[in-house]
Formats: sequence, C-alpha cells, structure tokens
Amino acid sequence: MTPKLKILAAGPGCTVQDEGRHGLLRYGVTGAGPMDPFAHAVANRALGNPRGAAAIEVSLGGLELTAENDPITVALAGGAFAISLDGQDLPPAVVVTVQPESTLKIRGGPGGAWCYLAVPGGLDVPLMLGSASTHTRTGIGGIDGRALRAGDRIAAPASGRPVVAAGRIDVPALDRPADTIRVIMGPQADSFSADQIERFLAGPWTVSTRGDRMACFLQGPTLTHARGYNIVSDGIAMGAIQVPGEGQPIVLMADRQSTGGYPKIATIIGADLGRLAQARPGTSFRFRRVEHAEAVDARQAEHDLLAGPIAVEPVIRTTFPSEFLLGLNLIDGCVDGLADA
Amino acid sequence: MSPRPTTSPRFLDAGEAALVVEFGSVVDPAVSDRVLCLDEILAASQINGIRELVPTYRSLMIHYDPLRIRREALVAAVEDTLTAAPAHRRASTHWIVPCCYEEPHGEDLAELAAIAGLPPADVAALHSGATYRVYMYGFAPGFTYLGGLPEAIAVSRRSTPRPPHEPKAVTVGGGLSAIGTFSMPTGWYVVGRTPEKFYAPERSRAFLLEPGDTLRFEPIDSTTFEGLHARAEAGEVVARTEEP
Repeated sequence: MTPKLKILAAGPGCTVQDEGRHGLLRYGVTGAGPMDPFAHAVANRALGNPRGAAAIEVSLGGLELTAENDPITVALAGGAFAISLDGQDLPPAVVVTVQPESTLKIRGGPGGAWCYLAVPGGLDVPLMLGSASTHTRTGIGGIDGRALRAGDRIAAPASGRPVVAAGRIDVPALDRPADTIRVIMGPQADSFSADQIERFLAGPWTVSTRGDRMACFLQGPTLTHARGYNIVSDGIAMGAIQVPGEGQPIVLMADRQSTGGYPKIATIIGADLGRLAQARPGTSFRFRRVEHAEAVDARQAEHDLLAGPIAVEPVIRTTFPSEFLLGLNLIDGCVDGLADA
Repeated sequence: MSPRPTTSPRFLDAGEAALVVEFGSVVDPAVSDRVLCLDEILAASQINGIRELVPTYRSLMIHYDPLRIRREALVAAVEDTLTAAPAHRRASTHWIVPCCYEEPHGEDLAELAAIAGLPPADVAALHSGATYRVYMYGFAPGFTYLGGLPEAIAVSRRSTPRPPHEPKAVTVGGGLSAIGTFSMPTGWYVVGRTPEKFYAPERSRAFLLEPGDTLRFEPIDSTTFEGLHARAEAGEVVARTEEP
C-alpha cells in the first residue's frame, strides 16, 4: 500500500504546487507555482528532493493531516507557523516523521503567510499540462484543480525510507523581514514622471487585506501616470508592479494572468518575491531600486544555498515516534538534539 | 507580408529574469509580424537559458534564467537574430470556425446592433464576413484576441462588466473580437458561440490556434451548433482549416 498523506482539515487556500507550469504562457496558461519559491525549495532540499518537487502550500487557513499505510517523513519551511505533532510543539522549519494515527497541525503563527510541506521524492500528483501546480481559477492541476479539503489523500510513494535525520531546518535566510523589497525599474517606468518614481520609491507601502495568490494590493501614496493608464497589453512577469487608474499599485504574483494592459512601474527581484509573499496584511515597507547585476547576485546566492545540502540540526533518531518527541524539549525552536543525547 | 520595418526594438527589463523586446506601441499587423518572426526564430534557436517566449501584440517577452545566460548575451543574441535572419514566418494556418449567432448564443447581438445603428442580422453578417488575425493569447487559457473587426461594429467596451457568459463565447469589444474559453464576466459583447473547444487540456492538442493564424467565422444555426458542440465535447476538432 502506497503511503499517503490524509488531509484531516484544511483552511481555505491550501494547494499542491511544484515549481510551476512552464511553456504555456503563450497560450494564456498561468504559471502558478509557489508564492514563496525559496521556502518551497528549502522544504524540498531538506529532504534531498529536486527544489521544484510537488509539495503542499499551506495558507494562513492552516492544515491538519496524518499518514496512511506507512509513516511519512515531511519537511516544513516557510513563515513562522505554529506546528505541532500530537500536541507537541515543533519548530516552524522542521523535518519530522508522521506516524499513522498521529496528527500534524500547521497553523498561522507569529509571522509569515505561507508554509510548505514536502515529502521525500515529492508528492505523486498527476501532471496536467506538464505540471502538478494548482491554479484554482481555471481548475488546472493539483487535486482536481482545487484547494485541498478534508478527506483528500495524496500519495507519497517514496516516503518509506527516511532520507535525513529528523530535526530543525537551519536556514537563517528563511527569516526575511519585509521592511525593504528590492525592485528593478520597468518595463513601463517611462509611463511615470521622475517625481512619481520618487514617490513610488519613497512609499511607504502597506500590504492590503485584499489579496490572494494572484495579486498583492498595496496602499500608500497615489501614483499618477504621465500619459494615461491604458497600454497595449504585454507580458507579465511574477513580481510585476502594475499601476491601474486609481494609482494604488498591485503586485502580480504566482496566479497572475499571462498578459495585461496597465503600466508596470517596476518588478520585484526574484530573491525578494518570497519576502513580499510572506508579508501579512498591514505590513509596511519601502521599495529599493537596484540594478540588474544586484538582482542576479541575489539570485545566485539563493541558487548556491539550495544547491548544497540543507543543514538539519540532527537528532540521534531518524524517526520521531510521539513518545520520543515527548521526551525532547522542542519548544520555541531551540532544540539541540546532540546536547540532549 | 508587409515590408519589414527597420526601426530597432526597445529592450525593457521585467525583473532580472524576463526581457521585453518591444517593436511598437500599437496593435498593428506589421508590428505583430516582427514579434512573431523573432518568436519563431528564438523558439528554434535553442539558446541556452531561454525558458519561455510570450508573444503579444507589440512585444515578445523572453523569460530566461540569468544564471545561465547574461542579459547582455541575450540582447546580443536577439540583435543578431534581427540583423541576420530573414523575416519569414512559418506559413500561418487559416481556420474556418463555426459560430452560432442565433439566440440564445448571440445574447448581446441586439444590444451591439443598437449601439452600431444596424439591424442585428447585419452585425452577424459583418462579423462572419471578416477575416481575423490571431494576435495573441491572454486573460485565460485558450482566450484569443482577434484583429480585423469591421469598423462598423468596432465598438468600445462596456463601462461595467456584464454577468458571466457561457464558455466558448465569441465576443466583440475595444475594437477587437475574441474567443472566450471559460465562463466569466466580461466588458465585451457576446455576439455568438462557437462549438469548438479552443482550450481542451484532455485533448492531445490542447490549443488549436497559433498567434499569426487567420480565421473566419462560419454562421451555423442552433441545431447545427448542438450537434457540433456534442462532437467537440467528445474530443473531436470541429473547426476546419483551409488554404487562405
């Protein structure tokens, strides 16, 4: 019997995501993929997976699950979520084995908006148009093109063998405060006069409560266009900051449409996409303009970090039966497995 | 094909992993030709680091991996392509797309006719009498923007969207026509409905139209629509191709 994750309860907006659907933007098909690609990759790499393997993206709505048929090792990484296994608190970035009958609870914690749950080898979800990523607006990918709900079972066929020692994932870069978000100006920065660009860079901007996987709405100084706000539609990259007629920017994220017709004043660099995605409504920040080379350097640093093994602070055991966990001090993420041993 | 304009394109960054090669700022067949020509050559070039190409009315968005190809090298490769390559595109396909303008499918035909000051039958005749160019996809999977709408029915979009239409709606708005693949609210006018599925992920060929293809709508009555609709939903392609 194939090991399966069984969803016991799911808040709104939890979906299966791999690295995204590539090659079909030209036919109007959204790329989807994780909101925080870095955290998604960290969860995968902590298990030795390719960084884009299919995993679950958990929203602030939270998720509860158990293992069926066999124990399943999972890796969790993302925002500072509140994680517990059978009532025992775990660090927010952790590798742990879920036994059948055990309950893993993932809930919004002190910070962040998205948490990723990976399994060894990736989740076994049928590919649709070449990807497992879910795009709920068009019903593509994941589990029947929809968000997860209680009763769903997702196969984790390669999870039988523990791949790494269980413990806390040690990636300080997961803690990315959203006080400054780096952008490259354009592609339509010339739709704005110099004083409007200064206004955009001065901010500050506040993340609105209105937002989802498609777009993050910002509130702040009103921006005006130099020559009207309608342009002939062109392509939209993830992180593009479009300014519609009312002058409040909208950042287009993973579930964005492939093309659009508002001027895009700037684009968030790849390494800071997760920083914005993890910012909760009410978060205040500024944009900082960078040159192309700095964005590539930041991308290279992430790439290098993910290329090597991800440090997991080890404990002696390779699985975490609940009675063993009960004997560990896992509160507040300050576990030191070696010292305890 | 119109003579190739010689003005240099603009290179615009959309972040560090996407480059926009912009040939103009208007909806125009000559600009579109240049976009599609570059699209076709780059798609065949297998330049290391190019991930995905998105042609639009007036520009080509190149999604790339800046860790595999530097921006300067990509720009140079595009410039070389534009200088060296002949402006030939693959032969585009001409499609005959069945479309039912009758009630209940052409639900906004009368409204559009009133705005245009024409009898509804004339609107349908004008719409089906024109040859359209597939400029680009966008908005939703399989949603195509079509240029070539006759001036007499080239109305503006609605000021506020109407309630969701059926999938496979043929619409008019903003000086263009379009084929919608999903049920959705729209600011355009629904003039008819095609039985063809222009988004069919379960079919081996999920998308039929390529940007640069041409098409004509062939009027069908609602009985014919029902028959073709059933066949299309079962997986058959009911639009036809012919020599332009």
